[in-house]
Amino acid sequence: MRILLVDDEKEFVATLAERLGLRGITADWATTGEVALAKAAESDYDLAILDVKMPGISGLNLEKLMAQQHPRMKFIFLTGHGSASDYHSGIAENRVIDYLVKPVNIEALVAKMQAVLKS
Amino acid sequence: MTLPAEIVGTAGLEFFGRISASISHEIRNALAVINEHAGLLEDMTLMAEKGVPLDPGRLKRTAGAVLKQVQRVDGIVKTMNRFAHSVDEPLKRVDLAETVELIVRLFARFAAVRQVGLSPESPLTSVSVATRPFQLQNLIGLCLDYAMQSAGAGGTVKLSIAPLPEGGADIRFAGLPVSALTEAPLTGEVAQALLGATRAVVSLRAESGELILRLPAKIEGVS
Repeated sequence: MRILLVDDEKEFVATLAERLGLRGITADWATTGEVALAKAAESDYDLAILDVKMPGISGLNLEKLMAQQHPRMKFIFLTGHGSASDYHSGIAENRVIDYLVKPVNIEALVAKMQAVLKS
Repeated sequence: MTLPAEIVGTAGLEFFGRISASISHEIRNALAVINEHAGLLEDMTLMAEKGVPLDPGRLKRTAGAVLKQVQRVDGIVKTMNRFAHSVDEPLKRVDLAETVELIVRLFARFAAVRQVGLSPESPLTSVSVATRPFQLQNLIGLCLDYAMQSAGAGGTVKLSIAPLPEGGADIRFAGLPVSALTEAPLTGEVAQALLGATRAVVSLRAESGELILRLPAKIEGVS
């Protein structure tokens, strides 16, 4: 499984990628939507884990752009807000989005990743 | 018809909620970083139990990263605490430099999301005014919203304070492209009510790309 982590908190994505690596999951990371799009164009990722609110391209917009370019890619959102509004903004477009609230339990994240990839 | 006092009250609650939500988001981000570093320490411990040697340099860096995030949260909480106490006294004498610095800190995340820089003059000129502190913060926040919108992604809003000869001061929001200053600032009913509550006047100086918030030395009821 190849994963792309996108969050503007560099220490967060870098450390999470390292921990996923210790679990045998190859994870690249990016701190902006622009870099994430460039990485996705170069590599074949199965799943992208996206922060909802980021400078520049928001997580929700990044997901739309990536989904157009990589139709097989799956997505999980991470939010620091913990509110239903971000989640519902996905439902409003007749899509149910998978999300976790920060801080995340890595085992719960891995389980969510496996579930999303099987869906 | 909604009375100005009601508008100011409702706007104040919205402002407080917006700032609180932003701060909780910032704290969650810091906690998420701490969580990953703590998890990494746990991972390294489990690996050590299986015979993988511990790297003291890595342990030291990880512990240092946790301490840095704790200091970050401490700073966020101190800022939040100052903001929360701004409603303690409805009328009070305040230092504009401290007020502007506080609002800049509270708006750092909003600016980052918009990819706008906030650059207060260093040091800001200290000017004391007798005012409604919370409504003034709300008003400065509205001015910053307008300035950030005008500056656009990649722009920088420069903030300064200029004392007036008759007392009071101008808070200047500079660095706004002339081409973006097409709409009159702060024309909505909330802004008008806040301007009335603080006896402030807002104006645009298009030729120099500035939004100016003029504040009187004092408003009635404050010594």
